[in-house]
Amino acid sequence: MPTIVVDVMPKAELLDPQGKATSGALKRLGHAKIHDVRIGKRFELTVDGPITDEVRAEIRELAEHVLSNAVIEDVVNIDFGANEAAQ
Amino acid sequence: MAPKFGVITFPGSLDDRDAQRAVRLAGGESVALWHGDHDLRQVDAIILPGGFSYGDYLRPGAIAAVSPIMAEVIDAANAGMPVLGICNGFQVLVEAHLLPGGLIRNAHQQFIRRDQKLIVENAGTDWTNEFEVGEEIIIPLKNGDGGYIANDETLKRLEGEGLIAFRYSGVNPNGSLNEIAGLTNERGNVVGLMPHPEHAVEPGFGPDTAEAMRSGLDGLRVFTSAIRALAARV
Repeated sequence: MPTIVVDVMPKAELLDPQGKATSGALKRLGHAKIHDVRIGKRFELTVDGPITDEVRAEIRELAEHVLSNAVIEDVVNIDFGANEAAQ
Repeated sequence: MAPKFGVITFPGSLDDRDAQRAVRLAGGESVALWHGDHDLRQVDAIILPGGFSYGDYLRPGAIAAVSPIMAEVIDAANAGMPVLGICNGFQVLVEAHLLPGGLIRNAHQQFIRRDQKLIVENAGTDWTNEFEVGEEIIIPLKNGDGGYIANDETLKRLEGEGLIAFRYSGVNPNGSLNEIAGLTNERGNVVGLMPHPEHAVEPGFGPDTAEAMRSGLDGLRVFTSAIRALAARV
């Protein structure tokens, strides 16, 4: 079954406390060159049947309105992947 | 007859029983509502309680915001019924777009629990009409994701239209923009706040005050305000 990947990141201008904490840990481990870490989410949606334009529109709508909250996050990528080529 | 307050229990709600108790102490009747129903059981007002609905999965409040009963809650809110969201309930209200903005992890990255000073900024809502504007109150605060954020345009509108219900005083406990602790909608029937008024309703079990330990009762007026607002409508 086709899998669609949606990537969501906290908005660049907002503080990302998880990323900040991780960045601090990396510095303590001696990785001085890494000066920033931001942590987002990856959703893998397994879909029945072929990825039609209708399904693509449905996934885009879901990504913008359910999987992410536009106030605090951005959908940075939706990967229809090999499913696209298979059409 | 005492007005009926529906308190919705979601999977992971923690303070639903406390909210029911606060309603009774304020003189209302509490009605338990279930997230999976499409039935508000003829209540006059609705409370979305604190806790960690759906384990805070996806985003705090996000899954609860699309649970079955929220369809009826959104319709009732838009029709003017008093709706209060406390802590996780506030997160549900912003995820359901009944209030603007969003709530993110506390800026200091830690869960916080403290007896918090607040300033009442809007005493004209269904849930704040028994306070005075500018009054300082003490309400327990306990959250991990309480940092209020919104874009500049929204913040300007909130400030300009008087839609900030409560502001943190003394310290900003979680990095909230403009020290925002609670909001109201334009109509004044929907209010959300991070602090827990239901934990400041009974002597011996409330926040510490300058007078005595655990004596704070400021939260009670949130609930009596709604009773007054409902009485004024009849």
